[in-house]
This record gives sequence, C-alpha cells and structure tokens, in this order.
Amino acid sequence: MFSPLMMNTWIAGSVVAVIAGITGFFAVLRGSAFAAHAIPNGAFAGAAGASLLGINVLWGLAVFAVGGALGIGLLGSEGRGRRGRHDVVTALTLVVMLGLGALFVSVSTQYAEETYSLLFGEVFGVSRGEVLPIVGLGIAAAIAIGAAFRPLMLTSALPEVAEARGVSNRRVELYFLIVMAIATSMTVPVVGALLMFSLMIGPAAAARSVTARPGAAMALSVAIALAAVWLSIALSYRTNWPLGFFVGIIGAVFYLIGLGARSLAVSTVRRPA
Amino acid sequence: MHYLFEPGLLSSDPVRTAFLVGAVVAITSGVIGVFTVLRGQSFAGHSLADVATTGGAGAFLVGIYQFWGFLAAGITAAALMEAIGVQRRRGRDVATGVVLGAALGLAALFLYLGTLRTATTGASFTVLFGSIFVVSPDTVPALIGSGAVALGTVAAASRVLLLTSVSPDLARARGVNVRLVGIMYLAALAVSVSLAAVAIGAVLSTALLIGPSATALRLTKSPGRAMAVSALTGLAATWLSIVLAYDSYYWPPHGHGWPVSFFVVVLVLLGYLLSYLRPRQRRVPRSPHEEAECGPTVGGPETTAGRAVSPFPPASVAISDDPVR
Repeated sequence: MFSPLMMNTWIAGSVVAVIAGITGFFAVLRGSAFAAHAIPNGAFAGAAGASLLGINVLWGLAVFAVGGALGIGLLGSEGRGRRGRHDVVTALTLVVMLGLGALFVSVSTQYAEETYSLLFGEVFGVSRGEVLPIVGLGIAAAIAIGAAFRPLMLTSALPEVAEARGVSNRRVELYFLIVMAIATSMTVPVVGALLMFSLMIGPAAAARSVTARPGAAMALSVAIALAAVWLSIALSYRTNWPLGFFVGIIGAVFYLIGLGARSLAVSTVRRPA
Repeated sequence: MHYLFEPGLLSSDPVRTAFLVGAVVAITSGVIGVFTVLRGQSFAGHSLADVATTGGAGAFLVGIYQFWGFLAAGITAAALMEAIGVQRRRGRDVATGVVLGAALGLAALFLYLGTLRTATTGASFTVLFGSIFVVSPDTVPALIGSGAVALGTVAAASRVLLLTSVSPDLARARGVNVRLVGIMYLAALAVSVSLAAVAIGAVLSTALLIGPSATALRLTKSPGRAMAVSALTGLAATWLSIVLAYDSYYWPPHGHGWPVSFFVVVLVLLGYLLSYLRPRQRRVPRSPHEEAECGPTVGGPETTAGRAVSPFPPASVAISDDPVR
C-alpha cells in the first residue's frame, strides 16, 4: 500500500484534500455549492476536448474551468441578491459545457474508458509528472485564498457591510470562483469531476455544523477532507472498488456525524434551561 | 427541402419514436421547469437528474430498463431532500450537495461493477448522456403515461403550487400545507427529470428543465403563458435537434452522427441569450435606490420573474380565486 508507486497517489490525494477543504469551506459559507458542483463537472468537457486535439489535458481543464467561472460570475451576479437567477445561469453554464463534452466524447469514439476515469477519478496510476502541478496549484490556491481571507469572510457573512466599506461583492465573488475553478479542475484527472464536489461539500458542511469560528471550521474541514481521502484510498486499494464511491459515502457520513453532534450539543445546552 | 432534411428522415422508425419521446419530454420539462425556476430550485432539479444517474447505473447493473432506475432513484432522492429540508433557504444547497455527492459515489460503484460483469464500456456514456435514437418503441407508452401523470399532478395543483412558489408565507397563512405541496412538486420533478434523462441523458436533462423555462419567464409575465412558451420552446429545440443530429451523420467526421444532447444544449442557450434582446418592462418603475433597499423582496427572492408574479397579483393571474381559500 505504501510502495513508491503508491506514494504519488498518497501525495496527490492529500493535496487534493487540502485544496478541497479550504475552497469547500468558502463554497459552503457563500452558498456556492451549485457553482462548486458545476465548475469541475463542466471542466471535464475541456479535458475531453484537449484529448481530442491531442494537447495536454490540463490546458483543456483550465480553459473550461475559468470559462465556466467567468460565465457564472459575470452573467449570474447581474441581478444582485437574486439567487434564482444565479442558479439558472449556473445550470445553463454547466449544461453548455457538458453538451460540448458529449460532442467531444462522441466524436472521438475510443474515449469511453477515459470518460469514466475523468468523471469518477483514477488515483492509482498518478505519475510524478501529474503530482508536481497538483502540488504547485495546491500551494497557489492556499496562498490566493489566504491573501483574500478577510474580504472573502466579510462578503460571505455580511455582504451589505462589505459593500458599504467599498468591497465589491461582485469582484470578490468572481475572484473566488476563478480560484476555485483553477484549484478544483486541475484535480479532475485524479479524483474525477463528479467527486471533487463531494470532497468539497461534505467535510466543509460537517465542520461548519460543529464550530462557528471560521479559523477552526476551516482547519476542521481540511482535517476531515484529509481523513476522508486517506480512508478512501486505503479502502479503495483493498477492495479495488472505485475511489469515488468511498469519497462520496464517507463525505456524507461525516456530514451526518456533524449534524448529530450539533443536535446533541443543542439538546445538552437546552436541558438545564 | 433536402437541404434541411436529409432524405429518409421521416420514414425511419427510430426517428419517429425520437420525435414522439422528444415531444413528451420537452413539454413535461417545459411546464414543470417554470415552477423549478420560480422556486429557485435549479440546483435541486439538476441534482435529481444526477442522482437519477445512480438509478440508471443500478438498472444497468441489474439489467432492467434504465427509465425505471432513473425514476426510482429520482423519487427516493426527492423524498430525502425534502426530509433534509429543501424549503429552508439557508443550508439547503449544502443538504442537496451532500445527497448528490453520496449518490454520485454509488453511481461510480454501480458503473464499475456493471462494467466488470458485462465488459461493455459504453454504459457510462449512455447513462450519462443518453441516446434518444435507441429508445425502444415498447417503452413509449410508459414514458407518455409517466409524463401525463406528472403534468396532470402539476396542472391540478398549479394554483397552490404557484402560491407556495411565490410566497410560502402567504400560502401558510392561508392554510396551505406547504410541505405537502413541496413533496408533490418534487415527485413530479423527479418523473420529468427521469423522462429527460432517457432522452438526452441524466446530466443534460437540466438543459430542457431550466433553459426553456428561464427563457419563457424572461419573455412573459403571466405564469400560464410562461408555461406555454416554455413547452413550445423546449419542443422546438428538441425537434430541431433531432433533425440536426440526423443530418449530422453526413457532417465531418464522416459516418458518425453528432449527439442530440449537444444540439439541444446549444439551441436552448441560444434561446435564452435571444431573450436578452427583448427589453424588460416593469409594471412599476422604481429608482435604483429603492431597488437596492427592498430589492428582491417583492415577489420573492426567487427569480427575475419573481417580480412579474408578485404575491399580490392582478386578477388575471388568478391566484385570488385559489381553491384553498
């Protein structure tokens, strides 16, 4: 399980978990779960397109992810505060990217196997060459989020106050979407488009239901994501079942544990009263 | 004529079935989608479709017709989401997301096990992206029946549904069981999404659900007219896509048609973008200052069209003669 070949998997998985924990925390806080689902999911189409053209998959992912983030951020935020509009634009952006993906996949007929691994992930067989950009991006994403930590927190918690202080909600939202797009889509070849999302939402939601303090919640979110990934890699290695299955289920289990812990805490607080 | 239609279009049985199924799907999605957009549940609609993927993969594993898998998973997920509480604005996206994540995990497992057993690799593609040309004629009655049930449910309850969509508080004050209406609506949504999943694939059914309805709600202020416009837009997009997909067999690369889903998505997006060309009128002009102050509260925070169907509508919207009163 810890052979040199598997080390790449462990490293890549850990970095992915850290990225997911950090960006997922803000995605949950800002209510961007749909965007967090749509961007990596749609980016898969870019990978399919890149492989059709015979260029590096990462370029396709980057172009589609950033394009998706721009589409959601620019078109969706026009009517301020209208979540419905935002959701509609997110849905349409996602669907357009997936439609292109369907075209690319169907044009290159021998692609079915790779589609499966792009959607559901293929951590075993991560090469050294794939690990390096992921590690670099992980560090870059952490720095990008850290640098904008205060405006991100402010616009998430108190958008009106932020606006009054001259912080543009729209610009911060766009910044966050683009950072999230780049950070998550690069991990698509490793975890898969569909499951990057469960790694972002499950742990962050669980952490948020346990603690309200942002720093602690973020740390806890990263810790839970790491635990989920490590457990999933080990289980997937033993059973040979797809990694995505374990990531999805373990993420949901952590969320349920978080909900249970909170309701327990609430009831113990209420009892003396 | 032959420039648009390649010869033999209408004499081909799979194509005729495709037109029929496409019409059922487009109309059901178009009508139900108006409520989805009004209620601001685009994410829930999309998630139901993705969760349906799990059912499709499961059906593939067990060896039954995909539609039943889509339907079973969709309705289960709808009940689950309602239980966690999609009505609560805060946190409901997260709850939807967690259900979705777990379901996608299961889908991965089912597809993996299925491929192990039958050694067919195209399964994940068909489940996710669908293929309207391979719908077997035997299943058409079942598809039409399900669509009719979903449409009938929504039509029978359209006024209550509209009221709970636009202003849940007002509905509650009038004694409407908002929760029950929500469950019923989600079940109808699950049926409609399963239908669309068969036709253009689980992942892309969102296109037909959200695209035409969002377009229609930008064009008209009356909910009834929005449903009609949305159904017609969806129908036009689907039929044109089928024709284009049929023609594309002769486009490069030769001997391989382009997927219907691709054309549907492109046409739906085109329709939505075209609707931006029409300037939006407001019933009561408001200054930007007022807009910022009371902003989305008028007509519910749901959509741009929320303002059109305000909680105190003119008599033409007919919430006033609502049966629950």
